[in-house]
Amino acid sequence: MDPTCANGAVIEFRNVAYTLPDGRKLLSGLNLQVQRGETVVLLGRSGSGKTTTLKLINRLLTPSGGEVRVNGAPTAEGDVIRLRRSIGYVIQDAGLFPHFTVEKNIGLVPRIEGWPAERIRRRVEELLQLVGLEEQMASRYPHQLSGGQRQRVGVARALAADPAILLMDEPFGALDALTRDQLQREFLALQQRLGKTVVFVTHDLREALRLGSRIALMEAGQLVTVLSPQDFVRSNEPLAAAYVRAFGDGLDTVANRGGS
Amino acid sequence: MNLVQFLLQNHEQVLELTLEHLWLVGVSTVLAVLIGLPLGIVSARWPVWNKPVLGTANIIQTIPSLALFGFLLPVPWLGDRADRLAILALTLYALLPVIRNTYTGIRGVDPAVVEAGRGMGLTNSQLLFQVELPLALSVILSGVRVAVVVSVGLATIAAAIGAGGLGEFIFRGLAMVNNQLILAGAIPAAVMALSADFGLGWLEKRLRPR
Repeated sequence: MDPTCANGAVIEFRNVAYTLPDGRKLLSGLNLQVQRGETVVLLGRSGSGKTTTLKLINRLLTPSGGEVRVNGAPTAEGDVIRLRRSIGYVIQDAGLFPHFTVEKNIGLVPRIEGWPAERIRRRVEELLQLVGLEEQMASRYPHQLSGGQRQRVGVARALAADPAILLMDEPFGALDALTRDQLQREFLALQQRLGKTVVFVTHDLREALRLGSRIALMEAGQLVTVLSPQDFVRSNEPLAAAYVRAFGDGLDTVANRGGS
Repeated sequence: MNLVQFLLQNHEQVLELTLEHLWLVGVSTVLAVLIGLPLGIVSARWPVWNKPVLGTANIIQTIPSLALFGFLLPVPWLGDRADRLAILALTLYALLPVIRNTYTGIRGVDPAVVEAGRGMGLTNSQLLFQVELPLALSVILSGVRVAVVVSVGLATIAAAIGAGGLGEFIFRGLAMVNNQLILAGAIPAAVMALSADFGLGWLEKRLRPR
């Protein structure tokens, strides 16, 4: 392990800023560490800088100030293609390739990494099972799937090359409440088995409380606070408290969370 | 003598001129795709190139075809053989629809899909060949279809500079004030344009991503 990263953070933001070419500041003074195996949820309104933060990790964006480190190495220095292939990426509506079958979508990274065909086939089979899809789905095209199934394929695709880090940008945002609930439950079960380091973007407090080991609350390009779900619901921090108030009735769910 | 009789009696010449016509259109279309596709890709990838590339193709399009044939006539090597010249002129005209549709097709690919690909670690060329071009294919093909249909019509004018093709009948018919002769050139050309339109249209529909 890199000595500059003594505490063993897998992802580390050091005073990171991101400014658009037109001078608008999307993110400033961001310091955040994500430890191995935890799920950090970035919670905030649209425009608060959550997605920007996420894209800085796999260098879809490069910081205009400070640095982002993944496994101790600044992302700005290494090979960006290698970096991205070592990080799973799931986005809203899955972003599946419409001209590829489910099998080809899931097997994309292994294929470009040059795995032998037989190994890819086995891996796809294994992943379909992992995300709860039947084997005959393999030959379908994305437009033949329901929203929930597409999202499962999106997760399977991100896991294909077995990355240690998973970035998820509102993956369940476009789903109906019941499907979302089911996928969240499966995500928790999956996470228990796989122990990936996950950064998860959402604007939904319920989702954040349910899935996160820690919640990083963002507002107007700044990190407001980072709290565990239990501390979050009791927090005096005004914005966190406002979220909890708005959340209202859902609190019971949170109280019961330990048992679920 | 009616048209059918004329076509039957002269079937060898009709066939020969039709093949010449196909040759002119076919070669120029292939060249236009070979040149236009990379230009379209470049202007989609690097927007700085968009204006100069599409602008030039647009300007070429505005030159009247007869004038373009005339301009090119004194050019060495090209002017030596009428079919070379005709092919060059047809290629130039076919460029615009090919470039424009390649550009539009690539730009029209869902940005979420492109970003997903980029985020998963596809290189630029993997993104281009595995995602952008396949998804833009039907739009590109519709540009090729326009190019072919326009070329079939334009190629009849190539006969004016002696490049052959079905225009020979048309020009001869015009000179002799013989409608049958004009139709003997015009009808096969129209059939050719319509079949190309239909065939490529069918292919385009099949390749359209769902």
